[in-house]
Amino acid sequence: MPDEPRVITAEQVEHLANLARIALTPAEIEHLAAELGSIVENVRKVSEVATPDVPATSHPIPLSNVFRPDEVGDVLTNEQALSGAPEAYDGRFRVSAILGEEQ
Amino acid sequence: MAADALLPFDEALAKYEPVLGFEVHVELSTKTKMFSSAPNAFGGAPNTHVAPVDLGLPGSLPVVNEQAVRYSISLGLALGCSIAESSRFARKNYFYPDLAKNYQISQYDEPIAHDGEVEVELDDGTVFRVPIERAHMEEDAGKLTHVGGATGRIHGAEYSLVDYNRAGVPLVEIVTRPIFGAEDRAPELARAYVATIRDIVRSLGVSDARMERGNLRCDANVSLRPRGAEKLGIRTETKNVNSLRSVERAVRYEIQRQAAILDAGGTIIQETRHWHEDSGTTSPGRPKSDADDYRYFPEPDLLPIVPSKQLIAELRAALPESPAAFRRRLQAEYGFTESEFRDIINANLLVELEQTVAAGAAPAQARKWWLGEILRIANARGVEAGTLVSPFHVSELIALVESGRLTDRLAREVLEGVIAGEGSPDDVVKARGLAVVSDDSALLAAIDDALAAQPDVLDKIRDGKVQAAGAVIGAVMKSMKGRADAARVRELVLERAQG
Repeated sequence: MPDEPRVITAEQVEHLANLARIALTPAEIEHLAAELGSIVENVRKVSEVATPDVPATSHPIPLSNVFRPDEVGDVLTNEQALSGAPEAYDGRFRVSAILGEEQ
Repeated sequence: MAADALLPFDEALAKYEPVLGFEVHVELSTKTKMFSSAPNAFGGAPNTHVAPVDLGLPGSLPVVNEQAVRYSISLGLALGCSIAESSRFARKNYFYPDLAKNYQISQYDEPIAHDGEVEVELDDGTVFRVPIERAHMEEDAGKLTHVGGATGRIHGAEYSLVDYNRAGVPLVEIVTRPIFGAEDRAPELARAYVATIRDIVRSLGVSDARMERGNLRCDANVSLRPRGAEKLGIRTETKNVNSLRSVERAVRYEIQRQAAILDAGGTIIQETRHWHEDSGTTSPGRPKSDADDYRYFPEPDLLPIVPSKQLIAELRAALPESPAAFRRRLQAEYGFTESEFRDIINANLLVELEQTVAAGAAPAQARKWWLGEILRIANARGVEAGTLVSPFHVSELIALVESGRLTDRLAREVLEGVIAGEGSPDDVVKARGLAVVSDDSALLAAIDDALAAQPDVLDKIRDGKVQAAGAVIGAVMKSMKGRADAARVRELVLERAQG
């Protein structure tokens, strides 16, 4: 569908890739824009047949209220917690200088 | 950095109408975290209150803490909110290492509670109604320490150290709608609103709500619009305001700062600002814009929360009296004047006073001790009076004075001992040997000693100069180190003069 307006533009894909910290080549951006576009298009088609009396479904199995009692369980030791950290210092994870700030 | 230009507050108010908004984060005092069974406890060695879920380790799955849901519903009800028939969690995606997952589990389009209203009482008793948009559940983030650089602050940091003990602690975020009409009382309303939220969560017992520990955190939104304008002005969001007093000061500062910019024909930048307690100013932080693109989507690892009508009814029935109703009831019961009562409120000691009275003390005595000696010590030490001594001990102390076992002077000394952690008032009386000497023979012996030093006193009394007894009473009190009942000593001296 080369002449139809694109549902998802290359700029949008680039923006999302930037937010997700994923480096994409121009070719990949083109490819993903087309793929994401067809996904959105398919969802739109489904939306056409979904009437207001069909409840929104975020899970395929209609479950709710799965809770845990407020009881303390096992924790990791400090060594275990840090065992996968590329760098640690003084019991804490060490990360490179932060450019952003708290959200 | 140059100091901000500020317009005088009155001038700012004459030209612009302030509009406020608050986001208050309340850490729930559950035993465990929101989505893991790691302990929710303040402090601790770094990264020792963490489970795989809190570190976002592969294969770990969050499970909702039932108690956190109950607390959130109770809080929602106490804020006058409707509880959603069905609510769900969402992922808020962002890259910052205060959470290990690169997202925070929060609620977005389906918060657990929405559309409430809170009655906020201002210092003079005026009631202001603050509309609540929503209260939603989320998880707290870990703590970062920025190391290196010139100042150790964010921009100069060479690296950061992360402690995830706080990551995953259950939070409720309470969001107001825009608040209009506070006018020149906007700063006062800001403080009173946060105090009200604190009182509500404390009365519910769902949070320790200690601002200095970050159990309760407030972001204050301020915007101005020219008088008569419809359209809302551009707002700023001031963070890092960690005391009631700071909330008030920060709002006042932002009103004056924004007014100066608008007055000079400038525009307000929509941004986060940081409050600096030491200088009493705010400084720019992150610009807020469309870049706040968190790409929320429903959390696939968690199921919706559908609270039953019975659960909501049960929690509603268990709600304590609202702080506003509590105040009205006590004021009627205690019979204090308006200003006497207001002093208690403003010292934030009503709950302590009520518990002291419930433990048996007379309201006037309870008020005298809390607002007197205890508050004096608290102010001298820069702490909250309520943290110094328990209402039960104050009540016990008052009972000791009422029964004549302690004079006021001795009672103050006993109080000192109780505050120093020496036990109950009774323990301190025994350990320090502070009880009033009620044995007349010991008192008479001391009186005779004093009279021996001042032999003319008895004659003076007989001549009608009763005030001469004062010198003897003083000497006796001194020799008995205050452990005598002055009234009884006076009686005995007068008897001696007659006898």
